[in-house]
Amino acid sequence: MSILGWLDRLGRLLLVGFEDLGRFFSIMVQTVLWTPRRPFDGREWLRQMVRVGWDTIPVVLLTCLFTGMVLALQTFRGFERFHAEGFVGSVVALSLTRELAPVLTGLMTAGRVGSAMAAELGTMRVTEQIDALHAMATEPVHYLIVPRVNASILMLPLLTLLGDAIGIVGGWLVSVGLFGANSYIYIERTFQYLEVNDVTSGLIKAAFFGLILAVTGCAKGFYTTGGAEGVGRSTTAAVVQASLYILLSDFFLTKILF
Amino acid sequence: MVTEVHEPKISVIGVVKSFGDKRVLDGVDFGVMAGESVVVVGGSGAGKTVLIKHMIGLLQPDEGRVVMDGVDLKTASPQAALEARKRCGMSFQEGALFDSMTVFDNVAFPIRRHRRDVGPRAVAARVRECLGLVRLAGIEGKMPAELSGGMRRRVGFARAIALEPGILLFDEPTAGLDPINTAAIATVIDRLRRELLVTVVTITHDLSLAFRIADRIAMIRRGRIVAFGEPEAFRASPDPYVQAFLNGEVPQDEEEML
Repeated sequence: MSILGWLDRLGRLLLVGFEDLGRFFSIMVQTVLWTPRRPFDGREWLRQMVRVGWDTIPVVLLTCLFTGMVLALQTFRGFERFHAEGFVGSVVALSLTRELAPVLTGLMTAGRVGSAMAAELGTMRVTEQIDALHAMATEPVHYLIVPRVNASILMLPLLTLLGDAIGIVGGWLVSVGLFGANSYIYIERTFQYLEVNDVTSGLIKAAFFGLILAVTGCAKGFYTTGGAEGVGRSTTAAVVQASLYILLSDFFLTKILF
Repeated sequence: MVTEVHEPKISVIGVVKSFGDKRVLDGVDFGVMAGESVVVVGGSGAGKTVLIKHMIGLLQPDEGRVVMDGVDLKTASPQAALEARKRCGMSFQEGALFDSMTVFDNVAFPIRRHRRDVGPRAVAARVRECLGLVRLAGIEGKMPAELSGGMRRRVGFARAIALEPGILLFDEPTAGLDPINTAAIATVIDRLRRELLVTVVTITHDLSLAFRIADRIAMIRRGRIVAFGEPEAFRASPDPYVQAFLNGEVPQDEEEML
């Protein structure tokens, strides 16, 4: 293909990328503006908090448990070489709270909840339910997106906190159970180098990831076109885009927060 | 705002709307008087649905304006446009019921949303009344998926009249229904009109429905109104396209499309 052809494709790709980003920020700004307005739909907020929070607990617990376990496994083998097995607990705790628990919780929730939001709103769009909301003088952003995004922002830190805890337990299980480390020392080392900031910065990141995954899922669903096939496209795109945004923003958030 | 005596309830003035480079509405002008039933007929893709979406502010015209009840939907403040929309009920092609809610919650939705002062008992009474008007008493507990297409649309009607609007808009109320269900829908629309004294605009390609419920009929073609008048006058229209439509023929200037 000629250079012009490649440039053409590159341009198109950029346009699509910028369009997505524009929609993301448009939905985000509208959500912020509509959040304080009445009527406040407490029941819907609660329903979404249950869906994002409570229903996602098993997935997050399993993911973080095994991540904690494999972290302990890997670092124990590595640290053994220079007789630093005693610090496995510190490494597990620091990596989990600062990085792995928030990111993995964000990614798993994006797959589980962000995709569902895209599918639900997308179906509502193609069956004119969103138009019907408009026609009934109800702003769809207010009724549909505000509860979802806020529930997600509130629940992700809590999920991450659970992930932190279970991951540390996982590391302890492997170190003490498998490698016979001293339980007392392990626990002491876990908390010796752990600062409050390590945990809170992770939770702040998690709240951002909650915002990102919910806004992406809602925006993808909200702007769905093309019937059932379009809903499928939106759903997949929501997960891919949310994961991408989470991983990209993770770097910058980490740079800012530490 | 003072409404002049002879001012139409809804005025569509020179509305132009394009999607991409396709000009869907090309200067549409017509007015609907208070208490009148106007039916807009036209072939598929003539711009009917786009037109009705302008009449409730779901779409904004590129040029021209839509005035509903003295409120210009384009220039009005968001609050005024919202209030105007509350005085207007719209029924969508497939009903557009919220499929996560029961029939009861669907019909109650606009009341609960906009009439915070109405207690649960009064809401229930109003829902039963609306369902009675569309002859669907007793199905409150069902989910939309359990209903037939005709019933879903009538539930959509019930939801549209829940706030006692002064204007009712019907988008293709009989598309895809058998003749008996079509007749039932026509009867219901006629009845709503007489009992509620509302202004009705219906979009359809179904001539039998049009002649049953219309005070005046408008024909839209290629984004323009080509004929508009009382049923007899409409039937006698000299416009070749109207005659072709009435007789179920291919108009001469479209024969090359075959």
